[in-house]
Amino acid sequence: MNVTRTLATARRVLRQLGHDPRTIALLLLVPCLLLLLLRWVFDSDPRAFDSIGASLLGIFPLVTMFLVTSIATLRERTSGTLERLLSMPLGKADLVVGYALAFGLVAVVQAGLVTGLSIWGLDLDFAGSPWLLLVIALLDTLLGTALGLFVSAFAASEFQAVQFMPAVIFPQLLLCGLFTPRDTMQPVLEAMSNVLPMSYAVDGMNEVLRHADVTGDFVRDVCVVAGSGLLVLVLGAATLRRRTA
Amino acid sequence: MMNKTEGPAVRARGLTVVRGKRTVLDGLDFDVPRGQVTGLLGPSGCGKSTLMRAIAGTQAQVTGSLDVLGGPAGSASLRSRVGYCTQAPSVYDDLTVRQNLDYFAAVLRLRARGTVDRVLADVDLADHADSLAGNLSGGQRSRVSLATALLGAPELLVLDEPTVGLDPVLRRDLWDLFHRLARGTAGDGTGGTTLLISSHVMDEAERCDRLLLMRSGRVLADDTPAALHDRTGTGTVEAAFLRLVEAANDMEAPR
Repeated sequence: MNVTRTLATARRVLRQLGHDPRTIALLLLVPCLLLLLLRWVFDSDPRAFDSIGASLLGIFPLVTMFLVTSIATLRERTSGTLERLLSMPLGKADLVVGYALAFGLVAVVQAGLVTGLSIWGLDLDFAGSPWLLLVIALLDTLLGTALGLFVSAFAASEFQAVQFMPAVIFPQLLLCGLFTPRDTMQPVLEAMSNVLPMSYAVDGMNEVLRHADVTGDFVRDVCVVAGSGLLVLVLGAATLRRRTA
Repeated sequence: MMNKTEGPAVRARGLTVVRGKRTVLDGLDFDVPRGQVTGLLGPSGCGKSTLMRAIAGTQAQVTGSLDVLGGPAGSASLRSRVGYCTQAPSVYDDLTVRQNLDYFAAVLRLRARGTVDRVLADVDLADHADSLAGNLSGGQRSRVSLATALLGAPELLVLDEPTVGLDPVLRRDLWDLFHRLARGTAGDGTGGTTLLISSHVMDEAERCDRLLLMRSGRVLADDTPAALHDRTGTGTVEAAFLRLVEAANDMEAPR
């Protein structure tokens, strides 16, 4: 891995985004609007909103970065730029980490906006520090970017790539504890939820919601999300082939 | 470094590529000499692009021996010494021309400004440096892709149909550039570049120093244009190619 090439890649991805203001607006505003909507959905029950809102803070970065990365990487593959880059002296890690850095930066802004809105605008009552929320949001981004990169290897077109969202994300969404606590699920489903990384992102957010200090569970959640993010990132890098058929 | 200036730029022996069940390249033996423009000609689907991808090191399932600039094709040390331009322009449509080149120059670890300006002038796109690549015409986009391959003054340039869809003036200018590169009088002025250029336009063949004529995964002829004319008793490469194809057809299916 080479720092110059990695940073050049991150800057290039950001410059691409820079030419696409509508995508930036969607990335930054849609999560805020959804949260606002949800607040009014739970108009008469603000405490229910606390838990679901906190969970969503863990889900937004993962889902958006998953979508953005899977399409962006697929475009690299189909436009021939990936083949060109891999025939040049660019390491696979330079590319993968470059993407993760660029989208990480976008995610910081997104998470900052959503967190700020929920705490100051929507009275979401966190016991813990907002910085801890940001840590989870960042690791979520890493996980989303990694998952997107990984599944793009199995998609031959944008049509297929977007279908991976219901296939990869929805099951995690249903089982992550957003709808009902995970320990009240049917035991098989609970076991499944124990191995899905989004469960830990949501758990982590709820730890910050309920506890003023950094709890052991929070550390565990952070480690699981970071670890699975790195693991999938390595798997994703392995799907980049210098030689193709 | 071994064989840096000696021996052919590309040396293939028994080069075979199988794609699925189809043998795309079937035991090719040929050399591409250094410092010359070698044309790779043949009908579409004959294996030109696959051969170029094999030389650039991006083709899987390559067997036989294929040496490029003295080392096996696709080895890591070749990635900055071989410039490769695919048939379809591989550039970022959502970046400007200059941003595209800046990025690829950074990947090659070149000091961007001067190099980028030079290749932009080489392909006559200096006026469009700040246009989005996606807003350019097809011919302009393929020249951005070509400019990328020229970055860093590679020793070997593998160009897959670089002049497709260009007007005659531009085609002439690019061929002049290719010859200046081969003579070492263009670019940054360091030594002669070896160029391997594919085309299915036969009149471009006359501008090459050497020709590789291909047909269905095999090399039909490997010679200078003049020698091809003599051998087949024809006046143009097109006629020579047709004569050779007919001869090959007769060999394959007697009566």
